Amino acid sequence: MRLVVDLNKCQGYAQCAFLAPDVFAMHGEESLLYDARPEEEQRERVARAVAACPVQAITADGLDRAGESQGASDVR
Amino acid sequence: MSADHMERLRREGRIVIVGASLAGLRAAETLRAEGFAGDLTLIGDEPHEPYDRPPLSKSALLGMASPLRTELPRRREIDAKWRLGVAATGLDLAAKRVRLADGDEVEYDRLLIATGVRARPWFKEEEARLDGVCVLRTRQDAADLTRRLRAGPRRVFVVGAGFAGSEVASACREMGLQVSMAERAGAPLVGALGGVVGAVAADLATEHGVDLRTHVTVTALEGDPAGRVRAVHLSDESVVEADVVVVSLGSLRNTEWLAGSGLGAGPRGVACDAGCRAFDFRGIVTDDVFVAGDVARSPHALFGYQFLSLEHWGNAVAQAETAAHNMICDGADRRPHLWMPAFWSSMFGVNIKSVGVPPMGEQLMITQGSLAERRFVGVYGHQGRVVAAVTFDNARWLEFYQRQIERGAPFPVEFPTLDRRPEGRQPVPAGFPDPSLPTHGPMVTLSGYSPADQQLVFHPARH
Amino acid sequence: MPHASLARQITDFANRANPYPLYTELRRTPVLHEEEDGPYLISSYYDIEALLHDPRISSDATNLAAAGADGAGEPEETGGLPPSFLRLDPPEHDRLRRIANTGFGPPHRPRRIEGMRGAMREIVTELIDGFGDARRIDLVDQFAYPFPVTVICRLLGVPREDEPTFRTWVDPLVASLDPEKRPGGAQEAEYRQSAQEARMRLGMYLSGLVENRAREPRDDLLSDLVNSRGPDGSMTMMEVLSTSVLLLIAGHETTVNLITNGMLTLLRHPEILGRLREDPGLAVPIVEELLRYEPPVQLVPQRTCITDIEVRGVTIPKGSRIWLMLAAGNRDPERFEDPDRFDPDRGDIRHLGFGSGIHSCFGAPLARLETQIALSELARRLENPRLVEDPPPYRENAVLRGPRHLNVAFDGLR
Repeated sequence: MRLVVDLNKCQGYAQCAFLAPDVFAMHGEESLLYDARPEEEQRERVARAVAACPVQAITADGLDRAGESQGASDVR
Repeated sequence: MSADHMERLRREGRIVIVGASLAGLRAAETLRAEGFAGDLTLIGDEPHEPYDRPPLSKSALLGMASPLRTELPRRREIDAKWRLGVAATGLDLAAKRVRLADGDEVEYDRLLIATGVRARPWFKEEEARLDGVCVLRTRQDAADLTRRLRAGPRRVFVVGAGFAGSEVASACREMGLQVSMAERAGAPLVGALGGVVGAVAADLATEHGVDLRTHVTVTALEGDPAGRVRAVHLSDESVVEADVVVVSLGSLRNTEWLAGSGLGAGPRGVACDAGCRAFDFRGIVTDDVFVAGDVARSPHALFGYQFLSLEHWGNAVAQAETAAHNMICDGADRRPHLWMPAFWSSMFGVNIKSVGVPPMGEQLMITQGSLAERRFVGVYGHQGRVVAAVTFDNARWLEFYQRQIERGAPFPVEFPTLDRRPEGRQPVPAGFPDPSLPTHGPMVTLSGYSPADQQLVFHPARH
Repeated sequence: MPHASLARQITDFANRANPYPLYTELRRTPVLHEEEDGPYLISSYYDIEALLHDPRISSDATNLAAAGADGAGEPEETGGLPPSFLRLDPPEHDRLRRIANTGFGPPHRPRRIEGMRGAMREIVTELIDGFGDARRIDLVDQFAYPFPVTVICRLLGVPREDEPTFRTWVDPLVASLDPEKRPGGAQEAEYRQSAQEARMRLGMYLSGLVENRAREPRDDLLSDLVNSRGPDGSMTMMEVLSTSVLLLIAGHETTVNLITNGMLTLLRHPEILGRLREDPGLAVPIVEELLRYEPPVQLVPQRTCITDIEVRGVTIPKGSRIWLMLAAGNRDPERFEDPDRFDPDRGDIRHLGFGSGIHSCFGAPLARLETQIALSELARRLENPRLVEDPPPYRENAVLRGPRHLNVAFDGLR
């Protein structure tokens, strides 16, 4: 899967690094590093990270609930 | 344009996007999201689908991501014809045709120019060809540099201490490599953030073991008989042995292919109006050619309507969305591109973020925290107004200062703030270099008031 | 009093079960100042969000006391312990929070919380198994309270068998966070003294543990707090204690409400409960929507402004108390479409449930994981669950709002 983080939005709350530590890592107190192409097995964790981001800065493809405009029918 | 005509364009028009990176992709997605149902063609000189560049100098060098695997996620299906690995070489405005390097021609009803920038190469071609002399812009560059750094060179030499150069130096230190960095100004990041903040960046680099050399230029790169770089010669006559040299001298806008097209395009980019429509060389706005991303220079209401060139990730996204929207809308439905300049960087474990246009500020006030602790908020002022702010590990306050800029709040900052130190009570000169001297990768360039201007650097008058 | 002020109605226990109509009324005057020397209530989403990031707004307990605070804040400054980082401004807040984080999260301990997932699941399984043959439970006492308490104890390194003892200290402390609980007059002194005493006893209990961990560090948060020697130096013993007390209280008194509010909301929306049963992954957006729809922290009553500020054209004078009405902002129609509908499928759930800015909830990732696991397991295992009474009885606290009991009937366990 592919993902990108809008680091203009990111304020270093680190929720993603807690929830998907193999994909997102804090570098210092506030900087975020991430793997832009995590393995499929990380999908569930990435979904948690996307949902938990307090500033909604993470875009990932192939996540049902990641989009802006999905209706109930899209959810899994 | 009649409503009928626009309806037809949306239904069966031909839109061509030149530049298949962040801006090009986001524009394509926006076109489809807003109902464009016609032919969509994306032309890109690199043979890859759109990928993200910021991780290349950060996550990729640090081994957190593969440099070859940063393709951008898609927000939606775009159903486009991709012409990848083929550069655009010319534009015929009258015939509405883009010429390609393979001789092909593509016709359009609407064109979006999003060709971005490329790394400024080392100015001596022969030296630039030495094995071990690198730049960092594309994913191939990043893969090449990563491989060389992994091989454990004895010393890396970074030419130019802008953001990209400093990020590379930071990654090298993290990998335990010896690294030297040379900068013409008195400190890193001076062009982007001024000398006061630059001094903090200098301390950071030095403390992390970077051999930082300021007020010097690199005069020559020396190779060995096998054609490998082995030493760097500096203007102070010193010589530093190095087996990897990273040339980080900012970027060049990809506008050469537009030479002779009649567009107002040059080394400073392609001028466009607030609605992203390109100007021709006479300063008259076109109505079927649009511009977005790093290659654009457009006027901004918050900064005295000067043309700004922004090498910012967020600008590429926002301008692409606005350009795409305006390409398939008429008059009153069009939107201006009023994005607040913003960028981030990360080096030596410190998160650096900024909003507004720091180089416009002649004064700086540290309103929160302290320079010595490397945790602070700095506010830049120009002619009695707040025009920019920078944070070191203090990003959560930044949106407050963004609103101050939007409101044109008075400068010096007249209210108290939490964690104000004695050093923050008075503004100090921000310490930007003489505007007539070029600096490395300022990332925001103010370029005057005329769409047809081709001069290199314009800075606001200093009174 | 001819007409009670909105602030008083909101804190009035009679309105605890459903304060949302009051919030709707509140938002009609987004900056509301009803009584001289009373607080300014901020209820629109965008204003709250802005003030949470405004460097002219202080969380400092001393500023609050100077502003004539109403009970919220005093126990911390007088209980014999220094204020925790919740009640401090930068740079002290930042320093203590950074040190606390070295034992809690990234970059130092990126896997400590994620690594507790298995243990959390086990605790949940044990608690649900513990329902036995009962066909009716009090979800609060039998599940939503013991679960986060066990987790926070394990995280900190507090022995579980000590839990009943410290609960007798935690309860009055939590109650003291509630402005409504201030009795005023003659009882005021007594009330404050009992909160102080509880805090002190809890502190003494913890100091024994902390001393032990200073001598023999273990793999727990207390050991990391007391032994941290990073660039920020170390915490003093008193700072370790006040931080531990904060984490202990905040670590479960909020989560118990999030879990209980969550189950209550799901039982009121059986179709969503049904979907969660089929798809445990749905717990992720459900928890985010819960944090918007029924946030466990309803308001932040501890802020003051250090200079005159202007919000929506209203000047709030320097030194005023400011209540940030998170739960009202979360249902602001200016921000959320159809805000009174519980809808985990809404794509845009950027809620204020954990606050925002430098004081945003420290334990958020823990609360998220706990609640996701709790709700998905309850949905999966309880057969045909239903509410015995609606609305359930509530706790008195208007700030940390949630049911005191939640009686749930069901047909069996899966």
